[in-house]
Amino acid sequence: ISTLVVGEHEGGKVKPSCLSAVEAAKSLSKDNSISLLLAGSGSSLREAAAIAASRHPSVSQVLVADSDIFTHPLAEPWAKLIHLIQQRGNYSHVVASSGSFGKNILPRVAALLDVSPITDVVEISDSHLFVRPIYAGNALSTVRYNGAGPCLLTVRSTSFPVAPIFDDSKSNEAPISQVDLSTFSEESIGKSRYVKLASQETERPDLGNARVVVTGGRGLKNAENFKMIEKLAEKLGAAVGATRAAVDAGFVPNDLQVGQTGKIVAPELYMAFGVSGAIQHLAGMKDSKVIVAVNKDADAPIFQVADYGLVGDLFEVIPELLEKLPEKK
Amino acid sequence: MKIMVAIKRVVDYAVKIRVKPDKTGVETQNVKMSMNPFCEIALEEALRIKESGVASEVVAVSMGPAQCVDTLRTGLAMGADRGIHVEATEALYPLSVAKLLRALVEVEKPGLLILGKQAIDDDCNQTGQMVAGLLNWPQGTFASKALDVLVTLAINDEKMEFNLLMPFGLVKVNWQQHRGIHSELQKICSDSVVLDKEKQALTVDREVDGGLETLCLDLPAVITTDLRLNQPRYATLPNIMKAKSKVIKKFTLKDLNVEIKPDFEVVQVTEPPKRKAGVMVSSVDELIDKLKNEAHVI
Repeated sequence: ISTLVVGEHEGGKVKPSCLSAVEAAKSLSKDNSISLLLAGSGSSLREAAAIAASRHPSVSQVLVADSDIFTHPLAEPWAKLIHLIQQRGNYSHVVASSGSFGKNILPRVAALLDVSPITDVVEISDSHLFVRPIYAGNALSTVRYNGAGPCLLTVRSTSFPVAPIFDDSKSNEAPISQVDLSTFSEESIGKSRYVKLASQETERPDLGNARVVVTGGRGLKNAENFKMIEKLAEKLGAAVGATRAAVDAGFVPNDLQVGQTGKIVAPELYMAFGVSGAIQHLAGMKDSKVIVAVNKDADAPIFQVADYGLVGDLFEVIPELLEKLPEKK
Repeated sequence: MKIMVAIKRVVDYAVKIRVKPDKTGVETQNVKMSMNPFCEIALEEALRIKESGVASEVVAVSMGPAQCVDTLRTGLAMGADRGIHVEATEALYPLSVAKLLRALVEVEKPGLLILGKQAIDDDCNQTGQMVAGLLNWPQGTFASKALDVLVTLAINDEKMEFNLLMPFGLVKVNWQQHRGIHSELQKICSDSVVLDKEKQALTVDREVDGGLETLCLDLPAVITTDLRLNQPRYATLPNIMKAKSKVIKKFTLKDLNVEIKPDFEVVQVTEPPKRKAGVMVSSVDELIDKLKNEAHVI
């Protein structure tokens, strides 16, 4: 078994979601040779490659595709690149994290290879047997891949947590090799152009990896009130999430949505305020370790998944929490 | 220019699904079926592009058993000009659907193919990307709305202002100074997929993990739609009547020369593990105590 992990990097570091993909690759088989692909250009790429090669013992090789073509995550050149590397390396598996990057690119690669990808995998039973949620997580489908071609997977990072790395010491010496791009066909590249990315700068932890998530729903009533959720998150060192209703009503931007079509989270502590608990929302958070729900409607479905439920007015509960919660360490 | 839209018939989003006792799948007999919500958004976007004058025809495609014709009729009642039904009794997977769509693109030669980003039954999120790959067309997946206008009336009456939620944050606008701005902004909002007929290109805003990404794609191209791109219209009674006389052309897999050979099998479908019942607490103090001393999470 040999696996190509499609990596992402940012600011000279391999993204945490990519490390989860490595973690998933490890569970495919005991002896699995894992090659990590990093592409882009400049110092971020070089630093990320160096870190990946030296500090992650499970990575046996780092492949670097250094070209401006890959600076932005455009599906067309990226899919061609992975296709090319797959043909050269003949890997048995190709794994990416199922964030917006992997979801966008991996199925396109699968089409080029004429195989069915298996997306959003939450459990790996063996090298060809996978579990993925269907119907917004209301059912689990166990799928066996029996194709002749490589097995392409996107994996949910919340299902493959990464053990924290404590020090900066080098524990590995994986070779870094440059991908030969001389035969890279540039046909079709240039049909898509990156224009811009509008993102919100925030000091709060990333929603996908936060230890604590504080979420607000329709019950917050307006954007002004939603600031209470942000304050509470600050106090707990938590990320802020929102329901579809809260996003649609314009309280917060799209990228904070937790649910079937938004972010999937599984923090240590998930606190939901004014969230009714639509199945589409539960699909995005029900794997959280501890769930707290505060809602004034005692019949709200969110209480059925909550470990601790409190029936009450969030406009009284949140200020009280702000006052009484201990300061974060 | 012609726009092709793929629509899928799925278990209605409001139905609480039941896993079959023999674990072979989910109960779909005697269950309400509807058009996949993401496909409705795809069709709505195609209709809006046509209404803005840059497209001449919208063709809706559905694949599967005979009942898919009902879903196509709904699409025609919303405003699609004609329908194509690819009849298939066997299960169709994204790779097969992508190949069938490629074959239909060769027949119909659309300039734009729009699909929902995923179907709410298998939640695959694959077909659009795959057909784009097979056709070697550029792809704009997870198309979304660039900016959202919010008028919080309760606050407005007093403060005479409304809030604009931009991708970058909240902007407050004085109501009286900017009376016209709301309708202007609403116009911008409805144009998240912007077609430039001269340049044969389109600009699309995509919902990605870190925010909203804007891409410019050469036509022909594939777009997949996210939830917030638009609000699909309802079919009116006159349009439902009109839809009855619209043409639905039938194709078989053989007509399109596509062979289905699945490279994976569904071994079983099970119910997800249930969470253990929790406890209700009666006060904030009790909650903090439990979180600290029982769950050890704060």
